[in-house]
Amino acid sequence: MSALYDLAVIGGGILGSAAACRAAEGGMRTIVVEQQTLGSGASGVNAGTLSLQIKRVKLMPYAIKGHELWERAGERVGFHKTGGITLAFNQREAELLHERMALKREAGAPIELITPARVAELEPNLSRQVVAASWCAEDGYANASLSGAYYRTLLDTVGVDIRERTPVTAIDRSGGAFELATPTGTIRATRLLLACGAWLKAAGALLGLDLPVRARVNTVSVTERGPALVGTVIGHATGLLTLKQKPNGSVLIGGGWQGTGSPDEGRSWVDPTTLLPNLRLAMFAVPGLDRFRVVRSWTGFEANVPDFYPLAGAAPGIDNAFLLGCVRGGYTIGPYIGTLMGDLILGHEPELPLFDPGRFVTTAAAA
Amino acid sequence: MSDYDLIVLGAGPAGAAAAIKARSLGLSVAVIDEAPAAGGQVYRAPSPALTATQPDADREKGDALRAKLAASGAVLYANHRVWSLTSGFSVIAIGPDGPLTLEAPSLIVAAGAIERHIPVTGWTLPGVIGLAGATVLLKAHGVLPGRRVVVAGSGPLLLLVASKIVAAGGEVAAVVDAAPHTGWLARAGAMLARPDLMAKGAGWLLALLKARVPIHSGAAIRTIHGTDGVEAVTIGPVDRDWRPVGDAERTIAADAVCLGFGLLPATEVTRLLGAEHRYEPELGGWVPAVDASLQTSVPGLFVAGDGAGVRGADAAPLSGELAALGVISRLGRGGDLAREATKIATDWHRSSRFGAAMSALAMPPPGAAAMIAAETTVCRCEGLSRAKLDAAIAAGARTLADLKATTRCGMGPCGGRVCGEAAAMLIGAATGWDRATVGQPSARPPLRPVPLAAITGAFDYDNLPIPAPAPL
Repeated sequence: MSALYDLAVIGGGILGSAAACRAAEGGMRTIVVEQQTLGSGASGVNAGTLSLQIKRVKLMPYAIKGHELWERAGERVGFHKTGGITLAFNQREAELLHERMALKREAGAPIELITPARVAELEPNLSRQVVAASWCAEDGYANASLSGAYYRTLLDTVGVDIRERTPVTAIDRSGGAFELATPTGTIRATRLLLACGAWLKAAGALLGLDLPVRARVNTVSVTERGPALVGTVIGHATGLLTLKQKPNGSVLIGGGWQGTGSPDEGRSWVDPTTLLPNLRLAMFAVPGLDRFRVVRSWTGFEANVPDFYPLAGAAPGIDNAFLLGCVRGGYTIGPYIGTLMGDLILGHEPELPLFDPGRFVTTAAAA
Repeated sequence: MSDYDLIVLGAGPAGAAAAIKARSLGLSVAVIDEAPAAGGQVYRAPSPALTATQPDADREKGDALRAKLAASGAVLYANHRVWSLTSGFSVIAIGPDGPLTLEAPSLIVAAGAIERHIPVTGWTLPGVIGLAGATVLLKAHGVLPGRRVVVAGSGPLLLLVASKIVAAGGEVAAVVDAAPHTGWLARAGAMLARPDLMAKGAGWLLALLKARVPIHSGAAIRTIHGTDGVEAVTIGPVDRDWRPVGDAERTIAADAVCLGFGLLPATEVTRLLGAEHRYEPELGGWVPAVDASLQTSVPGLFVAGDGAGVRGADAAPLSGELAALGVISRLGRGGDLAREATKIATDWHRSSRFGAAMSALAMPPPGAAAMIAAETTVCRCEGLSRAKLDAAIAAGARTLADLKATTRCGMGPCGGRVCGEAAAMLIGAATGWDRATVGQPSARPPLRPVPLAAITGAFDYDNLPIPAPAPL
């Protein structure tokens, strides 16, 4: 008979790892089961933007806490607080910017509107066609590709077992425990957390849950190293551009332009027809990028549900099972909401309320 | 709406043969190549400035290939760099006149091979070039790599490059082959199947012996010395697993080094398009999985030449023709081609034996990782030493993607083409996993670095298709 864990977490991304760490700190014997390697999904391939200006109003308190946690992780995750500028290039975008930033400011983000002249002072290499802009001194970025290594260290420190390259193929319940079938044997645990991002729908189905999870396919591009052009995180009023230049001179360009593919197909592709406007928007904002060579564009899955708010709470109808995912702005918010989830699993009241998955789930079969 | 029935990527012997065959059976065909003229690496056209060079057999074969391709009616897009593709198929390239997108229901990838590098101390000094790179210098530009050259690594390119240097009037200070003499003998059976090619190799060897070039088998470079360029090379023996053994070192004065360890199939395109691959050490490493018509797991996507598995220049045109017949059959054009395909396949398998034996001879055994010293730079773009990569592996990196995430290995302009195999060897050495278990690197666009302005071209901001903003 294999060991019985207090908690098994399916998914070794930021959310699952953060929850596992908190549960282990609270005394639970915990294991993380990951189909690939730690941080190899969205946690590791997103653009690493930490911008309050692109967070949803209702999620702002979580995002502010998330920023604090990444800042504390500091060098280990390549954290840089640079401040961020969001740009509007025409009147329609300016109205959008004013309306959105006012609400985000009310929600607690220290965002201020700045003039095009101030933009030119802060970032002389930006386009001179800016008609309106906002500034947030809290904004910055971290290096998402370090997520896996960072959480590996934290998980090791608190004694969480890590099982990588281990897909879970079935979930059964027996004697009050969950039994996870994997190609290398069965893992048994009294509690179960599904935190597997875009694969939440498939994992939920193993429990008999029909989760309305869909996946967006976000595109990110990086250039080779070049001369210093910008020092802050650059965004666009629509949210369709994130751009920052790393200390090594390479420029990272994102903004949520959609590629193709799906979690079911097991991979995703860059779509040249959306990459083109993404890069054009970047070029328009920072004209000096013209000589930079793009060395790599890639895609990652961002899971969401119809209301674009997180799934974070008890799995409806299944005792001791929990769901965590679909966090819009998940890179920023992930470390914090993962910790809240760990508290919930430990039986503690989370510091901020979670997001009950019961609002969607209708089919809960007692497995 | 398709522009052509078939797009062929690569105008080397395999791609040209595929295009000519497909044209002869009535398909409309486009051929795309990075180089200014067809011919690939093996039949690379000499630079126009080099009209005075002596014609040789390869040059004549190349001229014949170029003439036949031009007469076939296939449209050659020379000087075009393909940077992305999508299934179905769209091929996105940048050429002298700007961006080019071509569409076709069938694609034959004849992208050839790339060189396998094993870093040695000093390999980043000016004056050190790849063996395959040396053939480009010699064939296309008539340029010697140096005045006194050490030719080192493994496989048949050692003898080819050394003999070409000698023929061009250069001095080869030494040929240093990691494989033991017995390695060549073990492959003699396959080589005897092609007495003509054996004779060619023997001719190279004879030329080297005549020029009194020292040939060191079962040996490898330990250090390349120099400050601003190559000044000397220290070599020493390796065991059967290519681990450096003993202290019987010798130092050879030289001003250039040609260094390479065989060829890998260039699989970026088939990986990018999501085709299945399998590991075949006899064919140079990871190759696309194909059916008898050389169609991959992606319908309509075919491969030919060394990109389908390193089998050499003689086998390449046959695989090109075979793939072309596969395309024609799939499109339902050209009647009953089964008999012809069977005959070509038989010839192809026969001619493949020699090339595959040569390929296997160049293949480093797992112990070769011991050739890489801790302080030696492995990832040149990011300046990462073996020690740094080993530390990341010790901290848990188990895939090339993990290594890239934690160290940036392979994130530079080379995209992992130079460092990828060495990085995989280090993972293998630390974990005991074989090369197949370590897995393949992922392929992502652009396939080669492309300036942003070349991709975006001129555009009007107001015409950007900006979707609705994210929910508030």
